[in-house]
Amino acid sequence: MKVLVPVKRVLDYNLKVRVKSDGSGVDLSNLKMSINPFCEIAIEEAVRMREGGGGHAKDAANEVIAVSIGPEQCQETIRNALAIGADRGILVKAEGEIEPLAVAKLLKAIVDTEKPDLVILGKQAIDDDNNATGQMLAALLDWPQATFASKIVLHGDKASVTREVDGGLQTIDVALPAIITTDLRLNEPRYASLPNIMKAKKKPIDVKTPAELGVDIAPRLKVVKTAEPPKRQGGAKVKTAAELVGKLKEAGVF
Amino acid sequence: MAVLIVAEHNNSALKDATHKLVTAARAMSADIDVLVAGLDASAAAQAAARIAGVRKVLHADGATLAQQMAEPLQALTTPLMAHYDAVLFPATTTGKNAAPRVAAKLDVMQVSGVIAVESADTFVRPIYAGNALVTVHDTQAKKVLTVQATAFKAAGEGGSAAIETIAAPAGPFKSSFVSEEMAKSDRPELTAAKRVVSGGRALGSSEEFHRVLDPLADKLGAAVGASRAAVDAGYAPNDYQVGQTGKVVAPELYVAIGISGAIQHLAGMKDSKVIVAINKDEDAPIFQIADIGLVADYKVAVPELMEELTKAGL
Repeated sequence: MKVLVPVKRVLDYNLKVRVKSDGSGVDLSNLKMSINPFCEIAIEEAVRMREGGGGHAKDAANEVIAVSIGPEQCQETIRNALAIGADRGILVKAEGEIEPLAVAKLLKAIVDTEKPDLVILGKQAIDDDNNATGQMLAALLDWPQATFASKIVLHGDKASVTREVDGGLQTIDVALPAIITTDLRLNEPRYASLPNIMKAKKKPIDVKTPAELGVDIAPRLKVVKTAEPPKRQGGAKVKTAAELVGKLKEAGVF
Repeated sequence: MAVLIVAEHNNSALKDATHKLVTAARAMSADIDVLVAGLDASAAAQAAARIAGVRKVLHADGATLAQQMAEPLQALTTPLMAHYDAVLFPATTTGKNAAPRVAAKLDVMQVSGVIAVESADTFVRPIYAGNALVTVHDTQAKKVLTVQATAFKAAGEGGSAAIETIAAPAGPFKSSFVSEEMAKSDRPELTAAKRVVSGGRALGSSEEFHRVLDPLADKLGAAVGASRAAVDAGYAPNDYQVGQTGKVVAPELYVAIGISGAIQHLAGMKDSKVIVAINKDEDAPIFQIADIGLVADYKVAVPELMEELTKAGL
């Protein structure tokens, strides 16, 4: 089985987000960029399918391909995925803001040539928080989808996926080929070892462009402005639980 | 312009999120229809017809819609869009699952997690876990939105819209429902609760989490939530998670216990009316937004709080 895993380069999740003073966007200059955490979980799961582990038989997957879409620096994001254990990479080189719909179209073009049995994506990117690419790719391919996965069991030509839904867990079967998007508790990604980081440098990365894939990536939505959220002002501190309940009464909670 | 709202319901009852989406839709148009897609969901359809401001309810009932899975929900909704200019899904796990599938089929880029409607084509949505808000101008002929229901007031009752029955999609589909394991609780649902008690990593274990929070929640008639750190550590199930990667809540009272206040958590609860924080670290960021802060070890403070609440007649 061949598994394709798209990975996104985003502002490192530990860094503070600063809105540019002219409202034109978020300031990313000279800041550390990392692999989107949900994408990292997706790579880890795919690698476990190949290595055996996390409930998967060894060689359940025989090839894991990492794809990233964005500027040249996305090579680093792909290397990160290769260090975790992906076999090879594809970079679709593109500048500027690329919306999920365009990303889904680019991924569809790659799926059409690579013909994977499974595409595992993060459920959302921590920068634009759209939570849309996986579902859109499923629609374009007419494949079934299992979003927000916390457990994946492969059997034959289908996958049983446990999903994190409001109020609990839901398990569904999807016929392969299928799209799965990852939730937080699917797995804990490993730290790439130094030998694997070195090995990753030798793995191949194929470079393509949106034009070669025949996809128009012009944004559909226009961002008019980017602003800081209104600041909420903290109130007073109290010394005792009795005082706390008094304040709650004052605030009209009881 | 005509707007279609995909109702949030569990077949037997309509959820409040639907009423809130009606308010969001009103800022776009007066022609608002509601789609109730489910199995044996007549009661939910009738409830939708009673929402003030709803023109018509479309009710599709059938086995394929029992769990409102993405494939059948999309198969149902996409053709309906021939008659609508915009479709609004609640930003629940059901809505977030189906909306992008509908959008891609229509070759539309969706606007996700809308928290304000400025006009029929201009929307505000959070990015970076709520650390920035973008105003988005959507000039596409068809619009697909997921809407953060807690950001809108619920539309009232008093409507008497007609209910039109439409056919459920026949299938077959490539995904099928196997089972579900819903958290059983007598407590209110997290996103709809008027009071929420949440715990963080400081609670230290799953046993401690429930030992401390459950009685307090019961006393307050509150739902129980958790920070992502507590969920990651396995102290609480994922559906308790409040934050940008979990649920967004806006109750009248939010009590944060042992929660430091990571920005991604704040994004999920900062619109609560009154925020109470109990944390032994006086520099915890949660105190910067809490209306009432108590710097104390929860092990001491929560029992005292329970006692004071009893004295106050709760």
